[in-house]
Amino acid sequence: MIEDDRNGTGAATTAVAEPQLQRVRSPLRGLVRFRRGMKRYPWLPVLIVVGLLIVPAIFADFLTPHDPLRGVLGDRLRPPFWLEGGSSEYPLGTDKLGRDMLTRLMYGARISLVVGTITVFVGAVIGSTLGMLAGYLGGVVDKVVTWLIDTFLSLPIVLLALVIVAAIGPSFITIIAIISATIWAIFARVVRGETLSIREKDYVARAKVAGVGSFRIIVRYVLPNLANTLIVLATLQVGVVILGEASLSFIGAGIPRPNPSWGVMVADGRDNVLTQWWLTLFPGMAILLVVMSLNLMGDWLRDFLDPKLRQQV
Amino acid sequence: MTRSDLPSENGGRHGGDVVLQVIDLRMYLHTRWGVTKAVDGVTFDLHAGETLGIVGESGCGKSMLALSLVRLTPEPASRFEGGQVLLDGDDLVALTDKKMRRIRGKKISMILQDPQQSLNPVFTIGNQLEEAIRIHGGADSKEETKQRAKAALQEVHVPEPERRLKNYPHEMSGGMKQRVVGAMAMVYKPTVLIADEPTTALDVTIQAQYLRLLRDLQRRTGVAMIVISHDFGVIAETCDRVAVMYAGKFVEQGPVADVFDNPSHPYTKGLLDSHPRYVGTARRLRSIEGAPPELTNLPPGCRFSPRCGLAGPECHESEPEPRQVSADHVTWCFKSEELPWASH
Repeated sequence: MIEDDRNGTGAATTAVAEPQLQRVRSPLRGLVRFRRGMKRYPWLPVLIVVGLLIVPAIFADFLTPHDPLRGVLGDRLRPPFWLEGGSSEYPLGTDKLGRDMLTRLMYGARISLVVGTITVFVGAVIGSTLGMLAGYLGGVVDKVVTWLIDTFLSLPIVLLALVIVAAIGPSFITIIAIISATIWAIFARVVRGETLSIREKDYVARAKVAGVGSFRIIVRYVLPNLANTLIVLATLQVGVVILGEASLSFIGAGIPRPNPSWGVMVADGRDNVLTQWWLTLFPGMAILLVVMSLNLMGDWLRDFLDPKLRQQV
Repeated sequence: MTRSDLPSENGGRHGGDVVLQVIDLRMYLHTRWGVTKAVDGVTFDLHAGETLGIVGESGCGKSMLALSLVRLTPEPASRFEGGQVLLDGDDLVALTDKKMRRIRGKKISMILQDPQQSLNPVFTIGNQLEEAIRIHGGADSKEETKQRAKAALQEVHVPEPERRLKNYPHEMSGGMKQRVVGAMAMVYKPTVLIADEPTTALDVTIQAQYLRLLRDLQRRTGVAMIVISHDFGVIAETCDRVAVMYAGKFVEQGPVADVFDNPSHPYTKGLLDSHPRYVGTARRLRSIEGAPPELTNLPPGCRFSPRCGLAGPECHESEPEPRQVSADHVTWCFKSEELPWASH
């Protein structure tokens, strides 16, 4: 009896459920498609980064006839070419001073790239050196470095930047120094953790037994085994730094005007956002696309370099 | 008639000079929870060309003893509280860190639990062998270093050494990697080679192969070996003498055949009874009641007394002195004369 019942209801539910299942459209469909696309074209983010950031940054001088700093006042606030009043001379329009938006975006890419790479490089060198020393040597060194990491990560970076800029004025060096001051701590923390686990590996123990000294172990055993993590982390951090630089520039504590930083451009255009939307939209899009692509590229590198690292960074 | 009535099978093999002398070695770990007496008064001699086995349960201090000999005990918890380790006229306990580093890998070498994991995954075998050769200034020129690396591989019977030198660890089989690790440990023809649980991480088929490799290396170089294991089978197969360790101390020491056939300490007997024999009649395996004492909180008297079925009042009161069972066979047990299973 009971069994019959069960079979009956079971059959009924499946009979009802089946056609429904086919009709249901997952709200995550787009995401699934995106992930599938990422699997098929994993180099796409790399292409976007190269196309949007690296190529314009390097070749800006050859790619555009306009000057990024000096505009033609007669051509001020021209809309993009597809709108009425736009011209192909200024494909993405001009700003309040008649400077070509596309030109400024390209030179802005140069600023983002330079600030991003220098800051990450400085941060990675300082951070991984301290992180490895702390992780490997332990003891007092570890205590001091951990304390420094905690301190620097708890600094209110925006306030700090405002104070420093108010005191000594905005410049490339200041912004690089300010962002490096937080970035190194992130590197140090990740590297310290990795070092703690590498230190316990059998190949390190074997090296010690063979009479290899601490310095050599750090250079030949710890650092090379950290390389994957460092590459992934650095890629992700370039995105973070570009975003940070744009934010600081937006509030006026970053790249000094009239340099065409993307953050500055967004800030300059925000009064006109309802009428001349292209002044904010294009630099904003540039920041979004580049940072997102860098993050995707970091994720891709992580999988590409070592599947074991998936959970770690 | 038991085998111990016959002259010891291995008796002739440890006639060599004493190369390593450990005298009353004490290494304590100072942790948050108290002082762990990991190595508490261990004394033994090691002769050239012989193999000493150290056997005991997990946590009895045998790995700490091995690490103490090369002074790589966990920092900063470990402290040497006394004793000497004499090797070639040097007291390793008293040496400076710098001098100790020059001895490691050169005069005293060690093979770790898992040889498979003992190679740096990011460099080629050749690169790592050359490092091992260079580290103590073993070769003058790059060419000589390369030649020696090749020779080292040939010595452990690695086929096509030329090609193998260019391989990364992940490109080699487990057995191959073991040989490479063996070759690296033997680059300087050390006086003493310590093998800490050499087979624990390996599957049975490779175990035998590896033990054969170690014996082969010993036969050709005359190195004195210390094999640490919890497996009596491994000890029986590789060692001339065996020391049974319990709670940081040796409880019995002697030629392998004597100790196996005539265990003169209840703990040794318990260990042997808990190990299957592959010859003779089948019997039930017995376990030793209770658990080893916490090394921070040792019982008074003999350390085994709380678990010992034969313990009398004196066992709970004072620590036993070593007693001679036969010429080379020593036990630390008050009851060694009246053991129920004894054959004398």
